[in-house]
Amino acid sequence: MAVEVKEFLPITQRHEDLGLSDETVLRMYYHLLLSRRLDERCWVLQRQGRVPFHISGIAHEGIGVGAAYALRKGFDIVHPYYRDLALSIALGMKPVEFMLALYGKKGDPHSAARQMPSHFSLCHLNIISGSSPVATQLPQAAGIAFAEILKQKLRPQLEAAGFRVSREMRVVLTSTGEGSTSEGDFHEALNWAGIYRLPLVVLVHNNQYAISVPVWKQMAVKRVADRAAAYGIHGAVADGGNVLEVYQVVKEAVDRARAGEGATLIEAVTYRWTPHSSDDDDRTYRTREEVEQGKLRDPLPRLRDYLYRRGLLTQREEDELEERVRAEVDEAQRQAEEAPYPAPEEALAPVFATEDRSGWWGE
Amino acid sequence: MPEKTLIEAIREAIDEEMARDPRVFVVGEDVGPRGGVFRATMGLWQKYGEWRVIDSPLAELSIVAIGIGAALNGFRPICEIQFADFIHPAFNQIVNEAARFFYRSGGVYNVPMVIRAPYGGGISGGLYHSQSVEAFFAHVPGLKVVIPSNPYDAKGLLKAAIRDPNPVLFFEPKKGYRLIKGEVPEGDYIVPIGPAKVTREGSDLTVFAYGMMHYYALQAAEMVAKEGIDVEVVDLRTLAPVDKTTILNSVKKTGKALIVYEDNLTLGYGAEVAAILAEEGFEYLDGPVMRLAGPDVPGVPFSPPMQDFFMPSPQKIAEAIRRLARY
Repeated sequence: MAVEVKEFLPITQRHEDLGLSDETVLRMYYHLLLSRRLDERCWVLQRQGRVPFHISGIAHEGIGVGAAYALRKGFDIVHPYYRDLALSIALGMKPVEFMLALYGKKGDPHSAARQMPSHFSLCHLNIISGSSPVATQLPQAAGIAFAEILKQKLRPQLEAAGFRVSREMRVVLTSTGEGSTSEGDFHEALNWAGIYRLPLVVLVHNNQYAISVPVWKQMAVKRVADRAAAYGIHGAVADGGNVLEVYQVVKEAVDRARAGEGATLIEAVTYRWTPHSSDDDDRTYRTREEVEQGKLRDPLPRLRDYLYRRGLLTQREEDELEERVRAEVDEAQRQAEEAPYPAPEEALAPVFATEDRSGWWGE
Repeated sequence: MPEKTLIEAIREAIDEEMARDPRVFVVGEDVGPRGGVFRATMGLWQKYGEWRVIDSPLAELSIVAIGIGAALNGFRPICEIQFADFIHPAFNQIVNEAARFFYRSGGVYNVPMVIRAPYGGGISGGLYHSQSVEAFFAHVPGLKVVIPSNPYDAKGLLKAAIRDPNPVLFFEPKKGYRLIKGEVPEGDYIVPIGPAKVTREGSDLTVFAYGMMHYYALQAAEMVAKEGIDVEVVDLRTLAPVDKTTILNSVKKTGKALIVYEDNLTLGYGAEVAAILAEEGFEYLDGPVMRLAGPDVPGVPFSPPMQDFFMPSPQKIAEAIRRLARY
């Protein structure tokens, strides 16, 4: 582990200092909780044999929620990875939209039940479809961001041709794990980001493990964020278990990007105490003591503790919130279980597009 | 009608499409002030500026990935890979990403982009400036693979590719860049992606080819015509999706098929044409489906005699035609 932790670290930021209202920080907590309870339910469903596979976002919710709140929802563009359940939830994904994918049912909005779950893709939320080979989304996100630069540079020609170009650049946020930073895609993406000062935020969830390979076998540098300098972009580190700190660091990066000051590589540090996926057994590569220690990074109790300390949450309100979330998860599960499977022959299409659907033009 | 070289027709297509649609831009190594190592983008940087003709870093993976991202965000990139031999670092982005975006998103995200690359041997390019890579990509649903054999088609097909809402691989037979000339109309026209074309009518047998090999096949057909062998030539033009109808109709007429390609023989594109004929044209066949291709060695050697040994030529095609005609 990069940093020894003995106990829950209290959140020291104050939400109002970050420009967040009481209502907003409570909503952050709701999104954290909803993501966690939904995730826990998915594990149960997989263990019961009701669904084939689950890959978890547990321990990553602080990063996802913090990042989502730093973005201009519906305007900025997100190219996430498979641990981004909380990011997607905080951006507006409904639990049933995840459950339909988990079950491979008709109506799965991400991939029409073609991809494994956690391949988030929701056009109405500007969440771009991802794949499974890691880090491929990074240079693509750089391309999306590069197009934002092109739109500003080519505004006269584009507007003359009838394309509305928004006054402000959209910021592109892409995320990945620390293991992916070893891929060539990561380096080529950051190189472009530096050369063209792209409005890009690369958010690395450093959860200490790439399946079973620990971070010290992944890189010789102490911090992922240290690599930013080599590409001429900003680097920053955030405590991934502290949702307010993640928000603060991502917000600074987003503001910089929108202002034309270029890209940021953010390393959000967490610890993945679940197995890599439902097919993994992490007892083969790490001790239970280490895992227990890792749980001290848990973003959920840390935010809960903060809300209690700040007088924003009572036991009764917390219980009510838990009830509400449980009902939401129950309902999502019920709808997914009742939904039909796609017809087998739906596998045949659509391979090719017949019309152009791409692009965000105008507001 | 003005006569132009293959490379001029390609440049004209890019130029006209850039003038027509401000979303079209070019990205690749040396495409800017230099105008490309083969001069495919000559003058375009001067004409359209640095934000539409973009000199990329020397990194093929990102040339394609940046193209994918820009396509998702409303543009229509033309990505140039300097030589097909260097496309392999981008293989993952093409095959796992561009090809699968539309299907994997349930028909939500399409990726309108063109990836151009000069391919093929016979130009003293050795192992790494001579490769034919079309079969790798023609195997992948979601990709369109187009190879022009003449200037007219090159211009029309490239324009169609730029306007297509899907990723299109556009492989250019570089040996023919300046060698192959033909009439190219001024202004706008399209050659649709998909249909193959019967470029020479004949009755004795059909030669299927594309790119430089199609150019040679026409020459070979003329050679054997003097000997009384009446050859039909089909320019496949679009390798994916394949035009089975034209392939089968031609063999229905001639009864024999020779497929010529300069890639390695085994599992090259001609294998698929042979399989189509075996499976769906069996009743039409009066002889074995024959293939003439490069040998199964890891590349086109540099030394001229070895290069000539590797490459199919009009003479070798003519000889194969004679063998098949005798059958």
